[in-house]
Amino acid sequence: MFNEEEIKNIKKSREEWGNNAIKNTFERFSERKDKFVTGSGKEVARLYTPDNLKEFDYNRDLNFPGEFPYTRGVQPTMYRGRLWTMRQYAGFGSAEESNKRYKYLLEQGQTGLSVAFDLPTQIGYDSDHSMALGEVGKVGVAVDSLKDMEMLFDGIPLDKVSTSMTINAPANILLAMYIAVAEKQGVSLNKLKGTIQNDILKEYIARGTYIFPPSPSMRLITDIFEFCFKEMPQWNTISISGYHIREAGATAVQEVAFTLADGIAYVEAAIKIGLNIDDFAPRISFFFNAHNDLLEEVAKFRAARRLWAKIMKERFRAKNKKSLMLRFHTQTAGCTLTAQQPDNNIMRVTIQALAAVLGGTQSLHTNSKDEALALPAEDSVRIALRTQQVIAYESGVTETIDPLAGSYYVETLTNEIEKQALEYIEKIDKLGGAPQAIEKGFIQQEIQNSAYQYQKEIEEGKRVVVGINKFRTKEEIPKGLLKVNPEVERCQLEKLRELKKTRDNQKAKANLDALERAAQTETNLMPIILDCVKSYVTLGEICNVLRSVFGEYKESVKL
Amino acid sequence: MKGEKIRVLIAKLGLDGHDRGAKIVARALRDAGMEVIYTGLRQTPEQIVETAIQEDVNVIGLSILSGAHTHLFPRLMELLKENKVEDIVVIGGGVIPEEDIYGLKKIGIAEVFTPGTNTRDIIEFIKKKVK
Repeated sequence: MFNEEEIKNIKKSREEWGNNAIKNTFERFSERKDKFVTGSGKEVARLYTPDNLKEFDYNRDLNFPGEFPYTRGVQPTMYRGRLWTMRQYAGFGSAEESNKRYKYLLEQGQTGLSVAFDLPTQIGYDSDHSMALGEVGKVGVAVDSLKDMEMLFDGIPLDKVSTSMTINAPANILLAMYIAVAEKQGVSLNKLKGTIQNDILKEYIARGTYIFPPSPSMRLITDIFEFCFKEMPQWNTISISGYHIREAGATAVQEVAFTLADGIAYVEAAIKIGLNIDDFAPRISFFFNAHNDLLEEVAKFRAARRLWAKIMKERFRAKNKKSLMLRFHTQTAGCTLTAQQPDNNIMRVTIQALAAVLGGTQSLHTNSKDEALALPAEDSVRIALRTQQVIAYESGVTETIDPLAGSYYVETLTNEIEKQALEYIEKIDKLGGAPQAIEKGFIQQEIQNSAYQYQKEIEEGKRVVVGINKFRTKEEIPKGLLKVNPEVERCQLEKLRELKKTRDNQKAKANLDALERAAQTETNLMPIILDCVKSYVTLGEICNVLRSVFGEYKESVKL
Repeated sequence: MKGEKIRVLIAKLGLDGHDRGAKIVARALRDAGMEVIYTGLRQTPEQIVETAIQEDVNVIGLSILSGAHTHLFPRLMELLKENKVEDIVVIGGGVIPEEDIYGLKKIGIAEVFTPGTNTRDIIEFIKKKVK
C-alpha cells in the first residue's frame, strides 16, 4: 500500500508525535487504563498507521468482492445486489403455535424461516419419553412425526421461502420430513432452498445435543452431503457453527479456529467416503456469532473468509470458486444480553448486527431484548427484526461493499486473527484433527479457560457491563414475558397415541426393520429414513433403532 | 463443618446443553476452597440425588436454562425427602423467570441465582448456609 520510504517517514513522525504530543498530554493527564483490549482480551495499540501494514498487498490480501481470497465478501455486488436474508430463529410449543409465529414473521417482512426444535426432538426422544418430561415444546417446537411437520409448514409454500433448521444429531430425520412435506405440496426437491445445521462436532464441544458417538455421526452427516448433491442442489447441507462455541465463552480467535477446524474434519470425512471436493464443498455454509466489539467482529468475519478460502484452495485443492467461499449466517450474541435493564439489550443487538453486516453476512438473526429472561415475546421479536431493517434501509452501510477495508486497525486485526486462528488449527492438526482434539478435551478446556477469565474480569470490574457492574438501577419485575402453553405436552402425547393407532403399523415396522439392517452396512441411510418418516414412523422410534446400532456418546468432563 | 471442606455437587438438570454458567460456578467454588463435583449434562432428578448421597455433599447447585425447572425442581425436592437427605442445601441458577422463583423457594430451594449474578454472592451464600 505504501512504499518503504513513506513507511519510514511515517514511522519517524509517529515517534515524534509520541515524544511530543503524547508526552505533553501525559503530563496533564494519563490514559483511562493501563492496558486497552478488545472484547476478546487482545491488546490494542493507541493508534494504527501504515506502519502496521508494511507487508500489506491489496491483491493478495483483499482483492475484489467475489474474488479469492474473498476478504471483501463472497459476491461481486454484495448488498447492492441483494440484502442479507433476515431470518429470526423461532419455534415454541406446538406445531400450530409455531406455524402462526412463522406466518406473523413473514407478514412483518422477514425473508426466511428458521426453525427451533424443542430439546426432546433435538436429542431424539418422542414427547412421551421419560427424559422429555417438562421439556416438551419449551425451547422450540415439538416434532414427533411427519404429522407435526405438515402442520408446522401448513400454508407456507416451500418453493417460495428458504428454511433453516437447527437440528444436528437427528438432522437426517428432520430433513426427510421436510422433503416429505415438500412432496405433498407438489414442490420438487431441486427447488428447495435452506440449510440444515447438521454440525455434530460443535455439539460435543459446546451445545450438548449429541446422541451417537463421533464415527457414526460423521457418517450420517456425509450421507446428507451425498444425498443433497444428487437431489437438492440448492440446499446447504451443513452449517458449521462457531456461534455456540463463542457462546460457551470462546474468544473471537478461538471461534474462527475451532469452527474451521471442524470444517476441515467434515471435508476430510466426505473425501474419505469418496466424494469429490467440488461436488459437496459449494453447499457447505457457516454460522458465526456477532459479539459486542464491533471492529474486532468485523475483522473476525473477514479473517474467517480469507482463511477458509486458503484452506480449501491450498489444503484440499478445490477448484470450483464456490468451494472456496465461506458463506455464513450470523446471530447476535445471546451471552451478552442482560436480565438487568433489558431495554439496554436493544442497543447491544444493534451494534452486533451492524458488525455482522459490515462483516458481510449472508443472513442474520437479531436477538430479542428479553431473552435473558425467557423466550422472546412477539413485541420484542418485532423490535429485533426492525433493528435489521433500520440497518438495511437507513444506516447507509449497505450502499458500498466492505466499507471498513483499508482501515489500518481493521486490516491489522484481520491479519492477527487469521494468523492466530491458523496457529490453533495447526495445534489441532498435531492432536490428530478436531474429533481427536475434542475427545482429549483440548478444545473444551481452551473455551472454559476463556469463559472463566471473562467472568473474573467482570467481577473484578476490569470489564464493564452496563447495568451489571456499573450504572445499576433498582430492577422492576419484567412484564409480558412469553409463557409456553402448559397444555402442549398433554396434546403432544395425545397426538402420538392417535398416530400409533391410525398409521399402517405393519408398514412402519417393516421400514424400521429395514433401517436397522441398513444402519449396519455402509449404505446411504437417507432413502430408508425417508421411507420411515413417510410411513409416520416417529423420530424417537428411528433414533432408538439407530441408538441400538450405533451406541450413545458419553461426554468426558474436565473442569 | 469446622476445618472440613464444603462439598458441592453442580448438576445440569434436564436436557439443555448450556453449561458455561455451571462450569464457571463450579470453578469459582473450587477456587474458594470447596470440594466440587460436576455431573455433566442431561441429569435426571434421580441421578442427581443418587450422586449427591454417594458423594455426601452439603450443597446441590442445579443449572437449567430450558424452562423445565417447574417440573424438575419439585421432583428433585421430593426425592431428597424420600431419601431423608433434606438437610442438603439446594440452590438453582439459569434462565428462571422472577415469577417462578417464589414457588421454587416455597418447595425448599434455598436460593435462585439468575443471569448477572456475581460468583462471590454464591460463595458467600453457601458459606453462610453451611456452617
